[in-house]
Amino acid sequence: MATDAKVLETYALRRELTRAERWRRSVTSFIRTKPLGTFGAAVVILLILMAAFPQAFTFGKDPNVGVLSERFQGPSLSHWFGTDQQGRDLYTRIVYGARNSILIGFGVVAISSSAALVLGVVSGYFGGKFDILLQRLVDIGIALPGLIFIILFVTSIQQIPVNLRIVLAVGTLVALSQSRVIRGAAIAAKQNQYVEAARVLGASDFRIIFRHVTPNVFPVLIVGASIQVGGAVLVESSLAFLGYGVQPPTASWGRMLNEARERLTQYPHVAIFPGLVIFLTVYAFNMFGDALRDVLDPRLRGSR
Amino acid sequence: MAQQTSSTTREGRAAIGDTLVKVDNLKVYFPVTSGIIFQRKVADVRAVDEISFEIRRGETLGLVGESGCGKSTTGKAILQLTRPTAGSVVFDGTDLTKIKGGELRRFRRRMQMIFQDPYASLNPRMSVGSIISEPLTIHKLASGKEKKERVQQLLQTVGLNPYFANRFPHEFSGGQRQRIGIARALAVEPDFIVCDEPVSALDVSIQAQIINLLQDLQDQFGLTYLFIAHDLSVVRHISDRVGVMYLGHMMELTDRDSIFENPLHPYTKALLSAVPIPDPDVERKRERIILLGDVPSPLRPPPGCVFHTRCPIAIDECRARRPDWRNVGTADREHWVWCHRV
Repeated sequence: MATDAKVLETYALRRELTRAERWRRSVTSFIRTKPLGTFGAAVVILLILMAAFPQAFTFGKDPNVGVLSERFQGPSLSHWFGTDQQGRDLYTRIVYGARNSILIGFGVVAISSSAALVLGVVSGYFGGKFDILLQRLVDIGIALPGLIFIILFVTSIQQIPVNLRIVLAVGTLVALSQSRVIRGAAIAAKQNQYVEAARVLGASDFRIIFRHVTPNVFPVLIVGASIQVGGAVLVESSLAFLGYGVQPPTASWGRMLNEARERLTQYPHVAIFPGLVIFLTVYAFNMFGDALRDVLDPRLRGSR
Repeated sequence: MAQQTSSTTREGRAAIGDTLVKVDNLKVYFPVTSGIIFQRKVADVRAVDEISFEIRRGETLGLVGESGCGKSTTGKAILQLTRPTAGSVVFDGTDLTKIKGGELRRFRRRMQMIFQDPYASLNPRMSVGSIISEPLTIHKLASGKEKKERVQQLLQTVGLNPYFANRFPHEFSGGQRQRIGIARALAVEPDFIVCDEPVSALDVSIQAQIINLLQDLQDQFGLTYLFIAHDLSVVRHISDRVGVMYLGHMMELTDRDSIFENPLHPYTKALLSAVPIPDPDVERKRERIILLGDVPSPLRPPPGCVFHTRCPIAIDECRARRPDWRNVGTADREHWVWCHRV
């Protein structure tokens, strides 16, 4: 049964597309149908670029060098977002601060999503006593007061870089609560009749988990992950605001807020710009995650 | 209409042969537990209780009964989807209740299942091609180009366009989805298929198409069916022999004509009298047997014959002692019943 053009014409069917063509089509339709998601994706890409090559965005300015006579300037052409209490250019510092936030955001999600996926799917799929015991451990994790645990972890272990400490602490906490959600989704997925059908076909547990349960857990995971990136950026900001996290003079959005606090009423723009950027980042990740989930579901994809 | 076609044997039908599946004293109990970590069993739901029957090579055995009587559980227990509590299921000489893991998975190539709900039984995230080729991958029956061709061939066999392979299940109607489910079951070239109410979820017009497809496939591939249904006219149309179940027990089992023309068990009689006859004159005159009360709970089935609480002809013995499963027919025209009064 060769797939020739004539047969396809008779059945009025589509030609099978090559991988590159399919990619191109997916991207175009994503942009067309998901404007907010596209906006989110654009912001995310921009942030990643900023994190990787900050010097490309700052026209040779140094984020740590300030001119004290130019402190607390409002936005102008030479200082787009104004200057802070040491006369440093806020825009430059925000660009350099992206690396910190992005590293922590992605690091936390990498740890929490992979750990939550394994824990949740295994626990939910196999069930029984194993599930009950594992979930009691998860309960302990969820019951820990989050910020206290993170501060304790970040301040007690000094051998590894502070950002890695934050990622590990936040990642573990988020993984535990996320694994509960994934477990629920896995339990729902394994009760689908097509899982039973796969078992009749002779599929092993391994195969059922990979082909039938995990793909149906993915939407939950993606939405969770997109919220967690934002959450982790916020946690990093909170920690930096409280004085933990990376030490000065390294730029960090949270630390910038902290430093702006003292003169908030006089020079609100020093706090407003980092705050807006944090808000925009969290929002962009959420919108992108939402759109991604819709696109990955063939039922919501619609006809091409 | 269905009666006319059913009374003539289908042409070109492979002869019914020796026993393919032998079910002996099958019990499926579901424990009811309480407690959080240390669970203790407080009761059993007796979904299937001590049933025995055989399925012969090439035949269609219909299984009828009300909702919750254990028809589907019986089918799943035969396929070892639900592990039986006791009893044996001998498939072509091998007791399936005694094997597990990879050995059991290899046996799955020979027995398949068609599900009731064509919307739930296909993974919405997989294309039709990958759904149908999954069994081929699992049992390493084909790969690459060969696999693709086999999928197209299977789609054609069940009456679908072979170029539908890269579409997704939500793009199809219920009847088409059921055909996809059938193609998936056929992919491994099984001997035996459990059809678990395969047409109950479909429109009546589509039901006939699917039933005819199942019959054609049976002729073409020499398949053996266990056909579970609650629609008596469908069962009458497709079955060679029919078993009637009530509250986990098999009440009566015999060939199709005997069960519809000469039912012996009072429950079978009541069940058949509930089927409306499409002739108002006959319908008005005929006597209906109306059973009183509800089906007892399978948690605490009545002692003796489980049907005695609703049976119009029950005697003291029925309340005290379980009936034997006995053949009241002849050796070549078996008629099994589970009743003291027959």
